[in-house]
Amino acid sequence: MSTTETGTTETPATPGFVLDPVALTPLADARVNVELDTGDMILNLGPQHPATHGTLRLVVRLDGERVVAADPVIGYMHRGYEKLSEFRTYPQVTTLINRIDWLSSFANEVPFLEAAEKLMGVEAPPRAKYIRTILTELSRIATFLLFLGEMGLQVGALTPAFYGFRDREHILNLIEAVTGGRFHPNFNRIGGVKDDLPWGWLGECRSAMKIVFDACDVFEDLVLGNEIFAARCKGVGIIPAELGAAYGVSGSNLRASGVDWDLRRDGEPYLAYPDLDFKVWTHPDGDSFARYWVRLQETRESARMVLQCLDAMPAGAVMAKVPRIIKVPEGEIWVETENPLGQMGYYVVSKGATGPFRVKIRSASFSNVSILPWLLRGVFVPDIITILAGLYFILGDIDR
Amino acid sequence: MIGHAVLALEVGWGTTMVIKTLIILMVIPLGALILGYTFLLKMMSHMQSRLGPMDPGGFHGWFQLVGDGLKFLQKEDIMPNQADRRVFAAAPAVVVLSTFLVFAVIPMGPDLVVKDLDVGVFYALAVSSLSVIGVLMAGWASANKFALLGALRAAAQLIAYELPLILAVVGVVMQAGTMSLQGIVYAQRDGSIFGWSGMGNPFIFTQFVGFALFLVAAQAELTQTPFDMPVAESELVSGYMVEYTGFRFLFFFIGEFGTAFAFAALAATLFLGGWSIPGVTGDWANILGPFALFAKLMFVAFLMFWVRFTYPRLREDQLQALAWKVLIPIGLLNILVTGALKVAF
Repeated sequence: MSTTETGTTETPATPGFVLDPVALTPLADARVNVELDTGDMILNLGPQHPATHGTLRLVVRLDGERVVAADPVIGYMHRGYEKLSEFRTYPQVTTLINRIDWLSSFANEVPFLEAAEKLMGVEAPPRAKYIRTILTELSRIATFLLFLGEMGLQVGALTPAFYGFRDREHILNLIEAVTGGRFHPNFNRIGGVKDDLPWGWLGECRSAMKIVFDACDVFEDLVLGNEIFAARCKGVGIIPAELGAAYGVSGSNLRASGVDWDLRRDGEPYLAYPDLDFKVWTHPDGDSFARYWVRLQETRESARMVLQCLDAMPAGAVMAKVPRIIKVPEGEIWVETENPLGQMGYYVVSKGATGPFRVKIRSASFSNVSILPWLLRGVFVPDIITILAGLYFILGDIDR
Repeated sequence: MIGHAVLALEVGWGTTMVIKTLIILMVIPLGALILGYTFLLKMMSHMQSRLGPMDPGGFHGWFQLVGDGLKFLQKEDIMPNQADRRVFAAAPAVVVLSTFLVFAVIPMGPDLVVKDLDVGVFYALAVSSLSVIGVLMAGWASANKFALLGALRAAAQLIAYELPLILAVVGVVMQAGTMSLQGIVYAQRDGSIFGWSGMGNPFIFTQFVGFALFLVAAQAELTQTPFDMPVAESELVSGYMVEYTGFRFLFFFIGEFGTAFAFAALAATLFLGGWSIPGVTGDWANILGPFALFAKLMFVAFLMFWVRFTYPRLREDQLQALAWKVLIPIGLLNILVTGALKVAF
């Protein structure tokens, strides 16, 4: 009678992991009702749905409001950046990779530029490194402020979203003042950054950090301290640490599962991070609430790091000596950094030409979303939205 | 004695009915407009530190909402191919109709009431739940899975919250000793607090639990945050009204805010003394009554919308648990205490 015996669109279980039998019980319950046909309903969430912030499509199989199986369909925004990179020169590639995770474009540029610089044997001057660090952390703050507001919106509270956008505006203004671009700065050059900081910027940055701390306090009260928010998010979408790591989940999502791993501290040293004193926040629970909590703490930590950088800002040039036409010597390299959404890495193969021979992009959201079929099984429809919002992916980061 | 002269005009029964109907037909859209402007456009914008539209009409963009309404009128009327055409078309009217019916029994002055029914409270609560039928019709006829989910959620929710709503009002009815809304207003106006009758005895002082229950349940009846799962913009993309455009959507909009207006008026009448102003009697009560009711109603509406713009949304199962495990027991307890005190005093 039921469609459950016939083939379903359930995704195959990942080898090595036993699926939670409790999550599958609704199927057995549905079988009791023989007379009335209570077949499952297939609901297409997206590709145009506000909760998928872009064009992620989720094919959800529903028994009432309970999810029997969920299948993310990606690729609606595939732009072929890996292939396109093979036909660009190194400085041109940064324009493309700006648009991978479009909320924190500056942070995207860093690992690719590091890769090119390492292959060439060039090192950016200390001042350039500090400027890069500040801008990376600023884009992290901007991204997280948006998350802190938007998570509230997805759970149903309209107001935090506007606070998030309002306070992010200050950060975007800072980025714009330095780079001239709000979203796609394209400010990094191989061997340094394009320009020095504008006059008076350090002071403005310092006062903007106060706004960030205030905003974090507001979110802590308005969203995190709200009983309904806690009721909606606690225990929803729990990612076990080992399973998350096996799926390649990274960044704040994994730290919210209690894994003390941050590439800024544990990875290959890059930018000014070895000089900075910062704490890596983790939360033992691994649910959507923990993810919100961790990101809130990391926003504060980022603001503290920016303040440290401002205090320790070295003087000097912002650009190393590089040839006019950039040719990268033969070789291959893997560089990974801690981006706002998680681990971002580039595998660059060079054959000595002006452009890369092959670029493999490892973006965080792609791996973070891969756990969705496992995570969404057995939850209610409203929880899908909470989980999607808590994982915090950017479509450009999934599809490249 | 101006009021007396106006009200003493001899008019036939038919003419009176026409005038009353016209007034009701004007009050609901106007009320919806006022609430929409004051709370949706202005209060929400201030809370979220946005300006909102400030230009249209000169003063604080008061014309914006009228402009929005006019915009809806000229939109294309889209009906899905698979939709059940008649039901689809009728649904918005049913939703708005229930709102109009509620207003028929709400008194705005000693003589300003369309029909003072003996069972006014009962009638008002009964017709207000008619809108569920409209919502179900809309969700089912749209041939859209999101709309269907929204409509089913709405049905489950409105049925669950009907009970706390009624239980909240029972205390008031017991204290007033009548189910007529006019009678309840008089009971509050003529009552006294420990022998002091300076401001009557608004039932909010004795029935504060009932008032809180009423507000929570009304919030659920209105499908406003934190109980807005039927429309849930971030999940169901507006739920049962997802397929509606133009004028039909406007009907839902008027229904939403009109019902908020009606419920606020009902709460003001039941708990805040309705049209009564301390020390004002006779014809002046007829003249000032509507303004007093309006002021109290706006206060209640302010509370409702304050919650709406602040809180996140509950999940469907949490909502049901709240209704059955918390609100209904509290309502029953409230009735028990009210009964005991009524006997004691």
